[in-house]
Amino acid sequence: MEPIIELRNISKNFGGITALNSVSLEVNEGEVVGLIGDNGAGKSTLIKTLVGVHQPDLGEIFIRGQRADNWNAKKAREAKIETVFQDRALTPQQSIVWNIFMGKELRYPLGFIRVKEQQDQANRIIREIGFTSKLIDAKSQVGNLSGGERQGVAIARAIYNDAELIILDEPTTALSLIETQKVFDFVNNIKAKGRSVLFIGHNIFHVFDISDRFVILDRGKVVHQLEKSDVDSPENLIKIMKETVEKGE
Amino acid sequence: MNKEYTINSFISENSRPLSSLFYFVLIMTIFFTSSPEVFFSPKFHQAVLTVYPIIIFLVIPLVFVVTMGEIDLSFASNFAFASWIFSLLIKTFSIDPFLAFLFGILAGAFIGVLMGCLVVYGRISSLVASLGALFLIRGFLFVVSDSKSITIIEIRNHWIYDLLVGKFFGLPMQFIWAGIFVIISYFLYHRHVFGAHIHHIGDNPESAAQMGINVDRTRIFCFMFCGIGAALAGMFSTLVNFTWWPTQGFGYLLLALASVFVGGTPTWGGVGTIFGAVFGSGVIAYMETGIVAMGWSGLWRQFFNGLIIILALLGHRFHGNRIR
Repeated sequence: MEPIIELRNISKNFGGITALNSVSLEVNEGEVVGLIGDNGAGKSTLIKTLVGVHQPDLGEIFIRGQRADNWNAKKAREAKIETVFQDRALTPQQSIVWNIFMGKELRYPLGFIRVKEQQDQANRIIREIGFTSKLIDAKSQVGNLSGGERQGVAIARAIYNDAELIILDEPTTALSLIETQKVFDFVNNIKAKGRSVLFIGHNIFHVFDISDRFVILDRGKVVHQLEKSDVDSPENLIKIMKETVEKGE
Repeated sequence: MNKEYTINSFISENSRPLSSLFYFVLIMTIFFTSSPEVFFSPKFHQAVLTVYPIIIFLVIPLVFVVTMGEIDLSFASNFAFASWIFSLLIKTFSIDPFLAFLFGILAGAFIGVLMGCLVVYGRISSLVASLGALFLIRGFLFVVSDSKSITIIEIRNHWIYDLLVGKFFGLPMQFIWAGIFVIISYFLYHRHVFGAHIHHIGDNPESAAQMGINVDRTRIFCFMFCGIGAALAGMFSTLVNFTWWPTQGFGYLLLALASVFVGGTPTWGGVGTIFGAVFGSGVIAYMETGIVAMGWSGLWRQFFNGLIIILALLGHRFHGNRIR
């Protein structure tokens, strides 16, 4: 079966700095891939390139076996790839409903928005997600929500689009224990539905718990890939990661 | 309980336009009580209602631009550029005024697109780029017109004159067109993808781009809309006066900007109000003539304009600072 997304020899430079150096990566249907690496390893750049926010300088991207030309963020979303970015990519002065449908508004002909339908759907999704601790209406401004609730809005946006691949970039950063557990429950839930997840994190314990496969990134290169069956504990994964990185120096 | 909730939520959701309405009512109350003989005269209001729509055509698109986190000063010269095209086509080339009107709109849109491209692709701040364009276009008009005005008195006999600036049961037609413009703009701003994207871009352009919104294209369209508004204002002004002149529109520069901010649209982008801008424009339009009508010397006009701007902006502080 074709991978949902495949990156082949992707390179990306910013000025004179090489952020990604011939990176190849694939995510198959129904699997949870954990992308790990130290700060500055290039994880966020890789994700932004993968979802079309950055354009690669070199390399190719394939979506379900088809080469994707002029890859951009809009096309990525149309290909049912949704991302929960590290900064959550929210607009805090706008309502929850406008954030959930940002860039994917429900429209009538001529571009007019289905206001009532969006509002009903948004209210339903935020209840389903269960991130809101109190009765928050979809009209509430995102800027008035807590960190966990904002994460809930970002996740709600990702699942609304019926995504086949959800990319979570450091989704548990700055979240409480309960909120972190909710993120794990969410990942397990979408995995159970046969969807794929690319989970990025520097907390190895978090990544180990929910991933089927691990990809180690170091200084813009994929230095190691291994199945969960190859490692028996998070400590072992940390040891492998450390040895791989030291070997590369 | 439910009724109370509805009223409360209506007030909290519309606090900016409502406070602009408050300033408008306050100003009008002062005017009416201090000089009732002038302010109860329909003729006085008819004079203001002739200018008011022109400010509306300029201010409403500016609300879009400011919400997007940008500014466009070039509208004051684009005003004269589009109406120059309009007048020139009628006077020199004897083109049908309706076609000339369409060409005028296209000319305004064209300048708007150029402004947008300058900001998006030239990566120049919109304040500086539009300031440059403001002088560049005005300078161009002085040169090509040899600083001479164009009179189009003959347009009085054309149907387009009655349709655009004639009278409808005593009401200037431009007032009706401005009303239609406000309603369309309201739906564009609050109920259309274009308006939604403008809000997102003004709030956080990086997030908008990450969510697949074409930020560059939306920016260019927004400047184009500003150009169309300026063109409409310019041509309506020309029709009312039967004359184009090279300094036309310059006087609206600060008045239109003041109307946006008095109307409750903050400078930081991401939020704004169409109806607030309508009331803000009303405050500015009536201030211009109201001070003199009250019996004060015209020398006080700018003083009171400044005072109301500062007081209104202080009032809008109660809506809070930018939420991040």
